[in-house]
Amino acid sequence: MTTTTLDSKVPSGPIEDRWDNHKFSINLVNPANKRKFTVIVVGTGLAGASAAASLAELGYRVRVFTFHDSARRAHSIAAQGGINASKNYPNDGDSAFRLFYDTVKGGDYRSRESNVYRLAQVSADIIDQCTAQGVPFARDYGGLLANRSFGGAQVSRTFYARGQTGQQLLLGAYQAMMRQVHLGNVELTTQTELVDVVVKDGVAVGIVTRNLLTGDTESHSAHAVVLATGGYGNAFYLSTNAMKSNVTAAWRAHKKGAFFANPCYTQIHPTCIPASDEFQSKLTLMSESLRNDGRIWVPDKVGDDRPAADIPETERDYYLERRYPAFGNLVPRDVASRAAKKEVDQMKGVGPLRNGVFLDFADPIDRLGEGEIRERYGNLFEMYERITGEDPYAQPMRIYPAVHYTMGGLWVDYNLMTNLPGLYCLGEANFSDHGANRLGASALMQGLADGYFVLPYTIGDYLSESLGNEPVPTDDQVFKDAETEASDHVNRLLSIGGTRSVDWFHRELGKIVWENCGMERNAEGLEKAISEIQALKTEFDTDLRVLGSADRLNQSLDKAGRVEDFFGLAELMCRDALHREESCGGHFRVEHQTEDGEALRDDENFSYVAAWDWNGGEKPTLHKEPLEFEYVKLAQRSYK
Amino acid sequence: MDLTLEVWRQAGESAEGRFETYDAPDVSEDMSFLEMLDLVNERLIAEEREPIAFDHDCREGICGSCGVMINGKAHGPQLGTATCQLHMRQFEDGDRIVVEPWRAKAFAIVRDLVVDRSPLDRIIEAGGYISAPTGAAPDANMIPVPKESADAAMDAAACIGCAACIAACPNSAGQLFTSAKLAHLDLLPQGQPERYKRVEAMVETMEEFFGSCTNHGECESACPKSISIDNIALMNRDYLIAKLKNRKLAGQH
Repeated sequence: MTTTTLDSKVPSGPIEDRWDNHKFSINLVNPANKRKFTVIVVGTGLAGASAAASLAELGYRVRVFTFHDSARRAHSIAAQGGINASKNYPNDGDSAFRLFYDTVKGGDYRSRESNVYRLAQVSADIIDQCTAQGVPFARDYGGLLANRSFGGAQVSRTFYARGQTGQQLLLGAYQAMMRQVHLGNVELTTQTELVDVVVKDGVAVGIVTRNLLTGDTESHSAHAVVLATGGYGNAFYLSTNAMKSNVTAAWRAHKKGAFFANPCYTQIHPTCIPASDEFQSKLTLMSESLRNDGRIWVPDKVGDDRPAADIPETERDYYLERRYPAFGNLVPRDVASRAAKKEVDQMKGVGPLRNGVFLDFADPIDRLGEGEIRERYGNLFEMYERITGEDPYAQPMRIYPAVHYTMGGLWVDYNLMTNLPGLYCLGEANFSDHGANRLGASALMQGLADGYFVLPYTIGDYLSESLGNEPVPTDDQVFKDAETEASDHVNRLLSIGGTRSVDWFHRELGKIVWENCGMERNAEGLEKAISEIQALKTEFDTDLRVLGSADRLNQSLDKAGRVEDFFGLAELMCRDALHREESCGGHFRVEHQTEDGEALRDDENFSYVAAWDWNGGEKPTLHKEPLEFEYVKLAQRSYK
Repeated sequence: MDLTLEVWRQAGESAEGRFETYDAPDVSEDMSFLEMLDLVNERLIAEEREPIAFDHDCREGICGSCGVMINGKAHGPQLGTATCQLHMRQFEDGDRIVVEPWRAKAFAIVRDLVVDRSPLDRIIEAGGYISAPTGAAPDANMIPVPKESADAAMDAAACIGCAACIAACPNSAGQLFTSAKLAHLDLLPQGQPERYKRVEAMVETMEEFFGSCTNHGECESACPKSISIDNIALMNRDYLIAKLKNRKLAGQH
């Protein structure tokens, strides 16, 4: 391992002035020159669509790629609960500083102060922007915006649109981008997947894509490339991510030299519907907002099979309320998740497979009436009933943690540029703002902050240096080589001719990762996982069966390429988890816990961002970016 | 449960399609419809037969990717439910299930059950937005919006763009999709400045691709978000106003 100081380009000065000073000190591109620059944006989720729209509005020529059939389908659409902003509309003492502080604390002190402060600062602008676009946020009877408190926050700063906040925010960004498509400022290409990032002389100069309908491999050059391609939760196979969510763009950028930071920071969401059988293809999240009113419990007695209604109050263990009296059911996600695992591991789980805990609405229904609960959570309750066949108004929901979000991602500096000049990374795909654990309703905030309010400023600083330079032509050897490599890769996957489907491999990989690099990790398990992943990868290379051809839609082939990248990422996740000899946020090493079983950090030795270098495929090398805390006082998190 | 599937297979847009019959034994009632198709596909791959192509992604009924005709019904038998959230407990042991792609002339078949729905994006592109460039927004509480309006806008905005409404319509009309977006934006004060320009642009783009609405109402019952056909009435009214009145005056309506 080497110790290299990565240049985070964090500005100095008082934290509240840093972003303003930075915006003033970086170079601008004058309006007439903006159209001389081409920027490629990959991905059309909140971060990608908002960036594409904003860059196009500024006058840049923007080319957008999505592998979906429509830009509106990105997985941001599935976010339910809400978006945080330090508006302080409810007059409950919120401020940018408080949102900043909560986010750094919630992330277990493993994020960059300056980035997080900026996020908190621009959060209020996001709400203004989205409202102007027509996002139908929930409102009170006076017509003003409604707020609620959300997972782990002691102020009400979450804005929401029923249980479909992500959908509405994404449609807002998508529509803003489609307006630019209409105006000719954005050229949108759908059904097209990134297969490589092209780097010349250490600078990102374009991408190679594969058309999923025709198989055509094409090169696209630009002055800058922006990856907004989401997280890698599907490395676990079962997660709340959409089926097609993948790490391919980030991983292939990593293989071209971009550092991958903190891959072991993965978030397990406490409120998902437990798996029903082995054919389960994905898990469904029930918004965390349910924890505002629902009460979580298990039967006191091991193996209690009685229906919930028959278990008297005295024989129920409301374990979150018992263990964390101050926060109760609203403890942060990592704490709530591990607590549920503990109960289920003690055989107190409920449901046919004993793989869940109860989330009970009987009390709030008594207190507020069924109508009010229906108003707040109606669509979530319906969804639950559709999936399980059980009526949550009449009996408690069953929930269990599931992989939901990944805090790790490509390393980026304060400008959101990776260590490869010209390559930017936004949203969940980067590592930046959430530390070791993301707070509820902060993903939407970060995706839109990056796309609407950060990148449009910072990218100019880089582009201004290349005024007058044309992008590297796509007939340059560096593009030709990347195209050849991409086609060879596809042909290799098709020609293995083995016996196992790509889903089989994905499922097996997921089991290894979930078992050893999930809610709890230990050195022995992680070492075992690394060797098992390598063995399974060897089997993948020799026994994969992908039928059909490359020249028309072939969903197994598309998936094979993505699963292959999950192998590499999963191994790196385990290596990162193994090297981080502490527990923090979503990374819980059983060797490092307090007497109460809480995460035990080691600030002296691990207060850094772990940025991994692919190192040409040899053993990955670690670069450390030290984290300094000037404004936040490091403390053992306590939610008691 | 044991099922028999008749599935439309078609190699590409210009290839000839046909129904193929597959036995689907040992299906659990807790599976979603798409998980049942996954299982069938795993078995096909084991037999070295190419799996059935179908669109899907979030499997939570929100991304709008999935959707097939199940026994002639868009998204199948359960009201207000997308194909991914339809569970096999809605079927009986021994059922024969016919699975087809969306049926609409404007949606070319890409492969098997996958169709090209890009005309929907063309309609949004024509005007399905409020022009509010980043940075120019006033404080979000500057313009109060009556809760009823915000709620009604949200009802319409819940559209997931799956195109079941068009697939279910005997005329392959795009009115429900188009009017849902119009209602979402037009019920909010922020949407007023472009209201009449928007309705003309979107309706006229819609008509380039889709048939006419003759008030069958099939769209509403196929819609996985149960979006109301009342939105169509609002759209028709606005379109008429936009067409009949001097545009400057229409803005004051």
